[in-house]
Amino acid sequence: MAKQIEVTDVDAYYGGHKAIEGINMTIDARAVTAFIGPSGCGKSTFLRTLNRMHEVIPGARVTGKIRMEEQDLYGSDVDPVSVRRTIGMVFQRPNPFPTMSIYDNVAAGLRLNHRYSKSELDGIVEDSLKGANLWNEVKDRLPRPGAGLSGGQQQRLCIARAIAVKPQVLLMDEPCSALDPISTLAIEDLISKLKQEFTIVIVTHNMQQAARVSDRTAFFNLAAQGQPGKLVEMDETTKIFTSPSVKATEDYITGRFG
Amino acid sequence: MSAVTPEIQRVSGMRRFKDKGVQFLVYLAFAIAVVPLISVLWLVVSNGMARFDMEFLTHSMRNIGARDAGGGAYHAIIGTLEQVALASIISVPIGLLTAIYLVEYGANGRLKRYISFFVDIMTGVPSVVAGLFVLAFWILILGMPFSGWAGALALAILMLPTVVRAAEEMLLLVPNDLREASYALGVPKWRTIVKVVLPTAFTGIVTGVMLAVARVAGETAPLLLTVFFTDSINEDPFNGPQMGLPLYVFDQAARPNDTAIDRAWAGALTLIVIIMLLNLAARLITYWRSPARKR
Repeated sequence: MAKQIEVTDVDAYYGGHKAIEGINMTIDARAVTAFIGPSGCGKSTFLRTLNRMHEVIPGARVTGKIRMEEQDLYGSDVDPVSVRRTIGMVFQRPNPFPTMSIYDNVAAGLRLNHRYSKSELDGIVEDSLKGANLWNEVKDRLPRPGAGLSGGQQQRLCIARAIAVKPQVLLMDEPCSALDPISTLAIEDLISKLKQEFTIVIVTHNMQQAARVSDRTAFFNLAAQGQPGKLVEMDETTKIFTSPSVKATEDYITGRFG
Repeated sequence: MSAVTPEIQRVSGMRRFKDKGVQFLVYLAFAIAVVPLISVLWLVVSNGMARFDMEFLTHSMRNIGARDAGGGAYHAIIGTLEQVALASIISVPIGLLTAIYLVEYGANGRLKRYISFFVDIMTGVPSVVAGLFVLAFWILILGMPFSGWAGALALAILMLPTVVRAAEEMLLLVPNDLREASYALGVPKWRTIVKVVLPTAFTGIVTGVMLAVARVAGETAPLLLTVFFTDSINEDPFNGPQMGLPLYVFDQAARPNDTAIDRAWAGALTLIVIIMLLNLAARLITYWRSPARKR
């Protein structure tokens, strides 16, 4: 299921403004990669270039190469919709569809793309909710609206919705920043479980979280406000947090800036 | 300079006075706004009840002499319902699609600015001009007959900008998060609009359409020029003159005898009741569709 992603010389722009510059990295399959760095350094922008969500914003564009197992995601004959189907995303704020029930929310990605039989759908919804550690909490109220759940449950619902379409890669943009510690713990446990099946990339502002859940960590930084963000270094998480090779990384992790 | 330590003080008499004064003005303004509304309703109901009976609702004015009592507005009710329904069938799809273009596809292009500009202009078109346009174009140039359909065309012109603006506002209120969530599931843009954006904005759009319907249901001037006039029942909106309730009220109220004046009041009451029923129906639809109900 999971696939590796190869990034070469990626720049991303918002209109005339260059947000990130010259990113090169390899994202391993079946592992958790964490992006850390100060606000505005382009972590989220870069994350969004990985599944072509960046170009949804008017005026935004990307140059460079992103390959997933020998397939160029930005090739001229590649349908961005199919890229997003293969590389799922979980957002900072839980955003279940307000008009849909819990069941419909999980089934949304499937139903909006293909026809499934009722029993097939039931099975996938149950598996996805179990996969997101939410099944036991909601199994008796699947027809109720998804917006009625608590924040942490909503976020797990969004994860269930994202994994229901069986993506190769799951991108998470600060998935716990709007959640309390207990819900955060639930999501982190979930991430450790999901990495057996998916390639996971997570943006986080929480150093401990990056240290707890990720196998590899990438540190992004920007020279000054208004300058494009760059990848400073990327390595095994234990190495980044114990003996980083760049001074700025050490300063950031120990809280000397940012 | 010595620092002034703030003290906790009693509310001064002046502030209390101003507070009460402004509060009084707000209530007064509310009362002034409500008085005409209540008095109109009261006048229409009290005067209209005299003839608001089964005969009125089921008979036309065919063979009713100038001074005769009796008669009814069945032909006008049929006319109004058909004309407003046709006008909605024309203007709601066009208006909704226009709003979708403006919000979802227009970006900041030139076409979007032009459309927005012309919608604003259409909002300001006096209703009689819409009637004159249909009269000149549809009836005089193309040589079509006076009909309920011609009236519906004029009403559709009047409805269109209201529908576009209302739908546009509602679509803008749909959070971008939801569109992105849908894109991230690999759902194409058009399906996102149909399955996520429109259902989320549904309640507001229905309310906006109802306001537009209520607005045009009471229009007299464009009907005068397009559906012509009749005392008989004509159930076919595409052939021959029809009647409409506003037209009926206008006609009856201009007659000198009390029986006609009573019919005019009853006609006005019928129109208000129809609009209220339509609004009620819309409320029921939105209530039935709202996710809160399933909680």
